[in-house]
Formats: sequence, structure tokens, C-alpha cells
Amino acid sequence: MFVCHCGENIARTVDCARVSETLADHPGVVVSLDYKYMCSDPGQNLVKQAIEEHGLTGVVVAACSPHMHEKTFRRAAARAGLNPFLCEMANIREQCSWIHDDKVEATDKAIEIVRTIVEKVKNNAPLETIHIPVTKRAIVIGGGIAGIQAALDIADGGADVILVEKEPSIGGHMSQLSETFPTLDCSQCILTPRMVEVYQHPRITLHTYSELESVEGFIGNFTVTIRKKARSVDESLCTGCGDCTAACPSRKIPNEFDANLSLRPAIYVPFPQAVPNIPVIDREHCTLFKGRAKGREKDLCGKCKESCLRNAVDYEQVDTLVKEHVGAIVIATGFVPYSVGRDQPDGLKGYAEFNYGEIPDVIDGLQFERLASASGPTGGEIRRPSDGKVPKRIVFVQCVGSRDPEKGISYCSKICCMYVAKHTMLYRHKVHDGEAIVFYMDIRAAGKGYEEFVRRAIEEDGAQYIRGRISRMYRDGDVIKVVGFDTLSGEPAIIDADMVVLATAVRPHKRVKQLARMLSTAYDQYGFISAAHPKLRPVETNTAGVFVAGACMSPSDIPDSIATASAAASKVLGMFSSDDLEREPTVAIVNERTCIGCYSCERVCPYGAIEHVDVCNRDGEICGHVARVVPGVCQGCGTCVATCPSKSVELLGFTDEQIFAEINALLTW
Amino acid sequence: MREMIETATDFEPRITAFVCNWCTYTGADMAGTSRMHMASNVRIIRLPCTGRIDALFIIKAFERGADGVIISGCHPADCHYTAGNYHARRRFIVFRELMSFMGIDPDRVTFSWVSAGEGAKWRDVVNDTVTRIREMGPFTAYHDLAQRPAAGSAILTDVAIPDATEASVAEAGGES
Repeated sequence: MFVCHCGENIARTVDCARVSETLADHPGVVVSLDYKYMCSDPGQNLVKQAIEEHGLTGVVVAACSPHMHEKTFRRAAARAGLNPFLCEMANIREQCSWIHDDKVEATDKAIEIVRTIVEKVKNNAPLETIHIPVTKRAIVIGGGIAGIQAALDIADGGADVILVEKEPSIGGHMSQLSETFPTLDCSQCILTPRMVEVYQHPRITLHTYSELESVEGFIGNFTVTIRKKARSVDESLCTGCGDCTAACPSRKIPNEFDANLSLRPAIYVPFPQAVPNIPVIDREHCTLFKGRAKGREKDLCGKCKESCLRNAVDYEQVDTLVKEHVGAIVIATGFVPYSVGRDQPDGLKGYAEFNYGEIPDVIDGLQFERLASASGPTGGEIRRPSDGKVPKRIVFVQCVGSRDPEKGISYCSKICCMYVAKHTMLYRHKVHDGEAIVFYMDIRAAGKGYEEFVRRAIEEDGAQYIRGRISRMYRDGDVIKVVGFDTLSGEPAIIDADMVVLATAVRPHKRVKQLARMLSTAYDQYGFISAAHPKLRPVETNTAGVFVAGACMSPSDIPDSIATASAAASKVLGMFSSDDLEREPTVAIVNERTCIGCYSCERVCPYGAIEHVDVCNRDGEICGHVARVVPGVCQGCGTCVATCPSKSVELLGFTDEQIFAEINALLTW
Repeated sequence: MREMIETATDFEPRITAFVCNWCTYTGADMAGTSRMHMASNVRIIRLPCTGRIDALFIIKAFERGADGVIISGCHPADCHYTAGNYHARRRFIVFRELMSFMGIDPDRVTFSWVSAGEGAKWRDVVNDTVTRIREMGPFTAYHDLAQRPAAGSAILTDVAIPDATEASVAEAGGES
């Protein structure tokens, strides 16, 4: 037992000599010293000498908070050959000498604090640091710009990467955009080279048209199962010539890539620069598969197969499951735009008053991107979906869904102010005599060059900004009546528009919750993945080894998505920089002889650290089940310990025996 | 506050605090670093998380002669382990019912959230609990069940409740 004076910090209000003298008589204490600065080299040497001389089996240092110097003294103990977890600190500075001024009172309290910890240490067991081997491969879920960036960074850092994308091509929403703010550079020009880089990278394995089926394991040792959906085209034979797409007779399927503004065939490549450039058969819409589903014995069509010179079209292909071992997981599933229509999932309310879906010229921001895009359905000309006319007056409405608790979303979608400003500029650059009118709540342009960009839209490109909201819009002959209110002038603003563009909210992908549950990561009330700490650990999740990047965390623009993706990649590479991971051994263990297999622990464990283990009798037959804690996953909170009805779980370092010893020792005063 | 403590009565409550390592223990450290003076009646037992708190710890503390207990951890949504504090809260709600049944006034237990930055709140929790328990008087209901050992003596004298600690004390080897 060693008492530190901490110069005068402790000694001023605690009589350190009396503490060490009193504790010298305590059962089990063989050495009791006090010293001016225990954490100094001579102080640590005192501890080491005493351990060696007396063969101590436990050390208590009464000094500052364990948060301050526990590691210091545990290291000192380890150097003297004592298991570091047999060394504990009694906090007589922060929680005693600094908060009291009566010396007798403070000294009495200090003695009790030390006695408590001595009693605890008597029950401490030597623990060994847990070493977990690391598989130096990562999986990135989602092939949008965030996933692409994360995959490239990790692969360039020297580790193998598996990139999984649920769509037939990587590229995500960024591939749909026309130009990007605040530079107005072409989105595809900066994205497609990166997509090709991913495809050709020797350390990246790409699985498109695939989804994560299941995840097992823990940090450094995950086993993931990927479902490769049946593409109906043999990837190894296809050359991407496009003969099959040209041959397909069913051509009236809404094209998702063009935000349903154009039509595509049933066998298709989502867009010309798709990576990989391999078509996929949309079995839901294909005549042949629809016929098969109805039980027709003879196939109704087969044009694509006939047209393929490489014989790559394969109607009999089935989903395959691929198992991969990885050490780290990056979630980059991105976002979906809020759908403005009447029917909304998850209890959100729609904007029926906007008649979106009923008036064809009321479109959302993504649709406008496609109209403005050179690769879009109009070849980059701004034309109304209804009659193909060039609109002379467009009303842009900001905050549709966002910042509207009434409709179920309170957060700001962050990117809309900027892309609306961009839309007005793109429109005015293409239609010089066009009028761009923006209804806004506030302009939030807090990024490098962002405010200047919005000013440019207003001052140079003549966008008219009206502060106010829209109550309804309806068709009136050839125009759309937009009924709003200008809150700055206090007057109603009724505008006859040729077209209306709604800046819809950014929402997390529908299936991300399911993914989060699979990975035991937390998500917020809206379904965005939560970071382990909003400030200090922004790209980690509460599950060790699972990282997060891009808009699946919160609405993000392209620079933000790339920044978080690179951050997540650097975290992964940091983890991969050593061959094994060290973990504090303060984890829970199950006494399998008394466990009744009720799995109450499993229900309360925030980390999914409990696994089921079969118990066999002497004939090798399974006769029961018990719980087991996976040490690599357990973070040591101890909630399972307090929950276990049969008292079969212990938390190493904080066992019931240790805590009861503390309580018993405390209340002898 | 101190004057009140000294003048109110001779009774000095004994209070055991079960706190989590990440929020309240750090908050209590912060109170120390900020030199916030407070009543000296509280003894802290550090646990990784309030989720680790077994109701038996609280009962044991009262059985051993505590007059009051403080439970404090991270604020809702701030738990270092995501959800341990929620489990602690649920458990405590059930436990409160049980306390009356066991003859312990639920007012003897303070349940609170103190974050790592709330040194002042920790001081207030400590002082308020001490004041309240002082007014309630000593907790004597369990005296017949567990004889309290004389001050300063080791727990060896306790014959009422044998436990693992005694065994280890009896065979104590060379500990420091």
C-alpha cells in the first residue's frame, strides 16, 4: 500500500502518514509507505522494489484518480513481474483532498477509501491482455462516392477490399448528377474515372447486384455472406456490346437512373458508363420471366439470348451466396430522396397539396438533375416532362420534407440550399430568358465557396429568392398555380409556373436499419447510422471494427462524403497496421456449469457478444445450450452480469466478490 | 452547506455511491479538479457502467449500515456502452417497488445522471442527498439482521453474513 502526497495536493488536507500507519495494521497489508510523488521515477521504484522484496500479490496506490495514473502504476507493477491487473488506485485526491478542508475528516475518509480498494484488490485475479488476430481485408457496403473513396483508399493503403453494391452498377447518386456545386464541374467527369479505377484495382473485388446477407464474428474476424443476385447474364462471357438491350422487345419500363423520366428495356445497363458494363435482366418486368412466374411451360420470349453472340445470357442463373472473411466493415449505404407523394413509409406525412405525381411538371431535384444532364433523357435541354416545351418560369421549393416536424422530419438536409442555387444557375445558363424563382426558409451555405456561390446565383444569374412557404399548387390550363406566401413583404405570392422543382429531404436508405441490426450498430430516430461519438469518433460505430462513411450517417454533400470515407479508410488501415489487436481483459465470462441457457444476457447485450453453445452429454448428444461471451466483441459494461438470473456471468475486474468486498469494507466506519 | 451539516445534528449519514466509470466518476473527478467543496459523507464505488449495478449491491450496502445510496451514470443517450444506463433505469424502477417491501424507504436512494462535465451537479447531488438523509435519520431497520462491527475493526468480526471476503482475509498472504 503506497500513499502519495502529490506534493501538497493531498498532504495539505490528508495526513498521509496517518493513512499509511493505519493501513499498515490492516489484515493482509505487508508494506505501507507514503512518499511525496509516487508517480515520479523514485516513487515508481519504491513500488517495484517492494513488489520484488516482499513478493507482493497486490498493490494499492492511494493517489489521484485512476483515470490519471492507473496505467502508470500498472506498468510499474508489470515491470516488477506483478500482473498489472493486481494493481489498483485509491482516489484520495480528486475525490477527497481537493473537495474537503477539514484535515481529520479528510484523513478519515482517505483511510476508508484506501481500505475499500485494498479489500477489492484482495479479490483481484491476474488477467491477461486479450490479443485478437486481424484479418487484413475490409468490406465496404455501398458503391456510391463514399464507398468508392473508402475502397480505393483502403486498397491503396495495401489491404484487400471487397466492395458490395446492390445496384447493377457502382456510382450511386453522384453518377446521376449533372454538374456539382460550388464549382459547376461535371459530376460524371470526376466520378467515372474513379469507378474504372475501382474496377481495375488489383486489390478490390467488386460485387455488384449483390447485398449483404449475414454477418458473424467480431472486430478483426468477421465472416460475411454476400448474396449475388441472379443477373441472368454470365459476367465472365459478356463483353458489354449491347446487342441484347437493343433486341429486347419490352421497352416500357420506367428508367430508375433517369428518375423515371425515361423508359428502358427489361435487359439493361443502368447508364452508358456503368461499371461493370454488364447488363442485367429485370426479372420483374421481363416477358419471359413474367411468363414463367405465371406457369407458362414455353418461354414467351428469348430475343436477348438469340441476339447474344457470346451466349452470355443465362435464364437459369440463380442467386449465389459468397462467404468472405474480413477484419473491418465500412457502411456507406448513402441516402434516398424523400418521396413527395401522398403515401409515405414510416409514418411520415406526404405533401398531397403539391400534387406531385399527378402534375407531371412538378418534379423533384433528382429529376431536374437528369433533365439538366447531358446524358439525361433530353440530352441536357430543360424540357417539361408533360409536353416537352421549354419552361419559361420555374419555381424551386426548398425544404420539402426537411425541417418540417409536421411531416415527420425535423433535421436540415444540408445539401438542398446549395443544389437549388446550382439548379437556378444551370437553368439560366440553358434558358437565358427563363425566370428562376426560389421559395426558401433560410439559406444555409456554410462551406468553402458556398455563400459566394449562392450570391452568384442571385446577383449574376438573376435567381429570385422569396422567403416563404408554399401552401398548395394546382394545374390551371397550361400553367401550375403555385400558392405561397412571402413572409418578408407579408403578402401572398401566387405564381404561374411552367414547372416546379421540389428540393426533397435526404433520408437514409430503407434497408439500413436492417443492416444496422445485423451489425449491432446504433441508428438514430430517422434511421441514420449513429457514430460512436458525435465529435470524437465520427466515423466509428459502437461496434468495434465497423466504420461508417457518407450520407448513411447524416445528409452529406460530396466533399463531406469523401472526407468521412477517407477518414473511415484511415481508421481501417490503422487497425490493419498491427498483426493483432490488444484488448483490456475486463470482459464478461460465463460459468457454463451454472448457466441455464435463458439468454437474458443476450437480450441486454448492446454488442451482440453472446453466442449460443451446445452442451453435450458423455455420448456426444446435445443435451442443452448455454451462453458464451465472445471476448473480442464484449466491451465490458457488465449489464449481462447484473441481469443473469442464475448468477452465471462475471465481469473480470469487477466481479461480485470484488464489489461486495468493497461494500463490506466501506461500511465499517 | 457545510455549516448546515455541522449544526443540524450529530448524526452523520453514511452514503454509498455506485457510479459509472465514464460519466459520473469522471464528473466527480472534475468536481475535485475544480476544488468544489462538498460533504464528506459519500464513498464512491466505481463500476464500468450503471448497467453493472445489481440490486443486491444496494441491499448489501443498507444491510452493512449505509443510511443512503446514490446511483449515478451517464445521461440517457450518452451511455459509453450505448444502453447500460437504460437497463439500470428499468431495473431501478422495478427495484423501487421492492425496496418498500423490504423495509427501505425509497427516498433513501438517489438516482441521478451526472455527466463527465457536470462537477457542480455531482456536488449538488452529494450535498442534497446528505441533507435529505440527515433529515430522515439513520437507517436502523437492518440492525438486527446484521450486527455492525465496531469502528476500525476488520470485517472479520462480522458473524452475521459470511461471505467470500472473510475467507480471503483469513488466508491473506503477502498483500501490500
